[in-house]
Amino acid sequence: MVNFKMNDRELSVSNGTTILKAAEQAGIPIPHLCYLKDINEIAACRMCMVEVEGTNRLVPACNTEVAEGMVIHTNSPRVRQARKTNLRLILSQHNSNCTVCVRSGNCELQRLSHDLNIHYQPYQVCPERSNVDLSTPIVREASKCIKCMRCVQVCDKVQGMHIWDVAGTGSRTTVDVSYNRYLKNTACTFCGQCVTHCPTGALTVRDDTNRVLRALADPEITTVVQVAPAVRVAWAEAFGLSPRQATTGRMVAALKRIGFDYVFDTNFAADLTIMEEGSEFIQRFTHRGKYRWPMFTSCCPGWVRFLKTQYPSYTENLSTAKSPQQMFGAVAKSYFADKKDINPKKLFVVSIMPCSAKKAEAELPTMRNAFGDPDVDAVLTTREMCRLFRSDCIVPADLEEAEFDSPLGSGTGAAVIFGTTGGVMDAALRSAYYLVTGKNPDPDAFTEVRGSKPWKEATFSIPGAGDVKVAVVSGLANTRKLMEAVDSGKADYDFVEVMACPGGCAGGGGQPIHDGVEMASSRGSQLWKLDAKALIRFSHENPDVQELYHAYLKKPLGEKSHHLLHTDHDAWDALPDKA
Amino acid sequence: MDSNMSRLEVKTPGQAQAVVEQLYRNMERRIAASPPGLCPVDMALNFLNLCQAQTCGKCVPCRIGLTQLSNMIREVLDGEPSIGILRRIENTAQVIVDTADCAIGIDAANLVLMGLKGFRDDYEEHILHHRCLGSLRNPVPCVALCPAGVDIPGYISLVNEGRCADAVRLIRKDNPFPTACAYICEHPCEARCRRNMVDDAVNIRGLKRYAVDHADNVPQPKKAPATGKSVAIIGGGPGGLSAAYYLALMGHKVTVYEKQKHLGGMMRYGIPSYRLPRQKLDDEIASILSLGIEVHTEVDVGTDITFDALKQEYDCLYLSIGAHTDKKTGIEGEDSEGVISAVELLRGIGDDEMPDFTGQNVAVIGGGNVAMDVTRSAIRLGAAKVTCVYRRRQEDMTAQQEEVEGAIAEGAEVLTLHAPLKIEANEAGHAVALWAQPQIIGEIDKQGRPRPNTAAVEPLRIPADTIIVAIGQGIETHGFEQTGIKIQRGGTLLADSSTQLPDMEGVFAGGDCVTGPATVIRAIAAGKAAAANIDEYLGFHHEIKSEVTVPTPRCTDLRPRGRVDATERDACERKGDFQCIECGMTDEESAQESSRCLRCDRFGYGNFKGGRVEKW
Repeated sequence: MVNFKMNDRELSVSNGTTILKAAEQAGIPIPHLCYLKDINEIAACRMCMVEVEGTNRLVPACNTEVAEGMVIHTNSPRVRQARKTNLRLILSQHNSNCTVCVRSGNCELQRLSHDLNIHYQPYQVCPERSNVDLSTPIVREASKCIKCMRCVQVCDKVQGMHIWDVAGTGSRTTVDVSYNRYLKNTACTFCGQCVTHCPTGALTVRDDTNRVLRALADPEITTVVQVAPAVRVAWAEAFGLSPRQATTGRMVAALKRIGFDYVFDTNFAADLTIMEEGSEFIQRFTHRGKYRWPMFTSCCPGWVRFLKTQYPSYTENLSTAKSPQQMFGAVAKSYFADKKDINPKKLFVVSIMPCSAKKAEAELPTMRNAFGDPDVDAVLTTREMCRLFRSDCIVPADLEEAEFDSPLGSGTGAAVIFGTTGGVMDAALRSAYYLVTGKNPDPDAFTEVRGSKPWKEATFSIPGAGDVKVAVVSGLANTRKLMEAVDSGKADYDFVEVMACPGGCAGGGGQPIHDGVEMASSRGSQLWKLDAKALIRFSHENPDVQELYHAYLKKPLGEKSHHLLHTDHDAWDALPDKA
Repeated sequence: MDSNMSRLEVKTPGQAQAVVEQLYRNMERRIAASPPGLCPVDMALNFLNLCQAQTCGKCVPCRIGLTQLSNMIREVLDGEPSIGILRRIENTAQVIVDTADCAIGIDAANLVLMGLKGFRDDYEEHILHHRCLGSLRNPVPCVALCPAGVDIPGYISLVNEGRCADAVRLIRKDNPFPTACAYICEHPCEARCRRNMVDDAVNIRGLKRYAVDHADNVPQPKKAPATGKSVAIIGGGPGGLSAAYYLALMGHKVTVYEKQKHLGGMMRYGIPSYRLPRQKLDDEIASILSLGIEVHTEVDVGTDITFDALKQEYDCLYLSIGAHTDKKTGIEGEDSEGVISAVELLRGIGDDEMPDFTGQNVAVIGGGNVAMDVTRSAIRLGAAKVTCVYRRRQEDMTAQQEEVEGAIAEGAEVLTLHAPLKIEANEAGHAVALWAQPQIIGEIDKQGRPRPNTAAVEPLRIPADTIIVAIGQGIETHGFEQTGIKIQRGGTLLADSSTQLPDMEGVFAGGDCVTGPATVIRAIAAGKAAAANIDEYLGFHHEIKSEVTVPTPRCTDLRPRGRVDATERDACERKGDFQCIECGMTDEESAQESSRCLRCDRFGYGNFKGGRVEKW
């Protein structure tokens, strides 16, 4: 332990604690902008400068360790002056057009400027020139970048993709796509982790709400919306609802207020995915020699793009099942359209996703129906959905709960856990067990794949099929480690679930942003609770899915399924123009 | 004129001028500490802005032209203009060169023209793509400039904590010769030390010397399990032994073939023991060999055993034969008795065969480090007078200036601006004098050194019983030419930057035999690179790392303070023996000097990217 004094309080912390952490523990806030625990502790923004007696310069709190006998002042006149000056310097290169910025109200820079009482700017303001490219789901506006380097670090350390880098030199140093490339020409998975870790509006996910509003305004068009599992445990954060009010039912009610003709649940498609993917796994597992191992899940588009660019020879290991989003779109524009006698061309399918990569997935040339129309017409993130609510002045707390519509609105407990790491594997194992043995396992038989550990391994015995070695991984840097282990023969699995974002979709790049707080774990446990409370916890028991097979698809992996629900991962190029 | 003014006054600089003078010195040091990889266009602009401030303001092209040049280059950096701007910059600069009234404008515009030619692609990238080709890939200046990439801030912080053995361990991760380098490294690491911005470069080599002198015997790390692969190293100098060391650590079976009686290469047969004590060298080599490296000395590959036989016997070969042949001056009388090459003299000394120069006049031809080594050795071998004859000026010598000054202090005559003309011999064919033609220093050549030209002065006769030629070394390629190894113009072996030989499976080469005569640390770096690439070639990916944890720095002390320089033994005393000249730092000096390190591994870019390479 080291003893020190902070703002006249006698305190002690364990050895090696930084001044910032020590202050946090003592309940003394120190402002900071670039700092991101364990990921970006580079002392770049100089907002956290404090005065240490006996040191002639100010020191950064975020990466200076407390030493025995230190006397620290976090609000001395010199510190105040330094913070304000440095913040004004940052603002002199920032496009402070806050009124039309998507991060207004949830921006660390804006909050700090407000908190530090900065209301005039003595310096000449000259933001960097922006060249905005809307062809990718991730959009960078250079004029808002404060060069905190968080995006560079998240992409390097958490996702291991090295898409962003420092560019230029000297006072013109900025952040840009690495190796002077353009984003659309890189292996960027569009996971959006850089966006959710950006303190300002410099990195955003492309806003597609206007396309949805245009469809809603067209009387000729029937609008259908699906909501991914992880959205329901995150959307209410943006409205500050209490856990009691933050229900799926209120979200459904709000979507109906917006004017969607049908509000459906991606959980339905998740159950359908399990039927197809689980059957596919059993098919592969019982004909081992015909396939390359392990089999990989295919529901995460960030992961699929990662595999296709980083380990292309493993593309054949991916399940051919489309993701739930795409299965939903395909079923909506066929089975549902038939059933309701709607011209599929007049059907507009919107999905609400916790994800930015889903926007790119829906645009893939392979994700189209027989008429060449996209299965899913527009993808909105959780944040965009919340913005739609807000712009319609909807107060979710005041709404009566509503139910999803039928027939694509039902989902089991096995489906709702698709939104968190381990969930797809857990759900798949529950049904695979049933498909082989004809009996349901204990729905909680596979708990080893749950939890927020980044790389989990387990072996389960399915009577009649044998031991199934599974692995679950989330976060692309972890995924690369797993792939290296698989590739070098150090790891040997039958079935691997991968989610590109740490913690899975619950921590996706389209989810509400809370600066400096990782929400994946707490949202994930809410999903596991929804599963535990669900009346039906096996995908194969979803009555609407059973009806779909009975009336339309006939059987998993059948002829219709093949056309609607499966895809050829080799039929599109993940690096279109490597210019 | 003011009526109270005296007719003449004594000039005393005002306070402002004195401070500006100080700023000039600071700026000079700051430029010297520029990190590699800066944007050349940005630097050109900023140099130009300095020139702009210097203009006297009288003539139009300098006063206005430089300002407009500066405006245009700034626009380029801001990505505003079209490609046509380059034409306008060039034309404007040319007019300034043609029409400015004095050097202030002419030279400034010339800098811009040089840049337009020298880094036009950088200009174009800014204009066409609004991007910069400049990149700061390795931000720790000392580490970036060390050919072997030694973790310098790491070991300095360990020395500062008194953990000398850990410092040696950390150095060995990148360089198996901490002791040799502590004594004789040319320390390129110090050239751009960021501490230059505050006062002066840290005495890095001095601190390394303190570490190795206070570390006792540090055992070598454990080897990786045996791989069953075998590698032969041809040439047991610093490069060959470095490759041998890392390959042995990786678990490969290593055999070294050495032509001379002892290992060490130029560290033994080129560098005199008063710079690198023999015992220190022997101990270091013994420590490397403790990894179980097989050694065959006095084996001349090409004569005693063929290159092809080695290729058959081993999975991989590394050629590190150095540059051990001498170059001739080509002047009349060079084949006289008493004319010897520096290589020959130093090789004998390396094997303890000391010639006796007692009472002789010795002339040394050359101005490099080897010339200084033989000059100072000749003094120690009893010569009455040693004259080092060099055709340019003292500051143009390639020898390190402290070597030249050391030689002068020991009584050597340095006769500059004299080009050797011929050697005069007596009837017995023995040299009696060196004739030299006085020179006048002339125009600057492309490398930035002024060229000597014949002066209109009569030649000078320098009486000499022994004449030592030290004008460079070449590579002994005899025995390799027939094997298919490609020899480049200049007589060096052709190998790429990965040390691999083109069109020759499993054969690698590096060090002096590839680069031409260079430094110990560059040979070590080549050996290290070869070890990594040979390991890959053999199908492995062993990682070399150190278990040592580098202390976290607290705030660094930025108060300007003098650099602790090495002290030397008294010149009168040291010139009579071959004992080490340089004295190590005291505890007090080491503590103070090590605290001057700015820890660039941690502050600035270091804690963001590239501060530390943990393994390779």
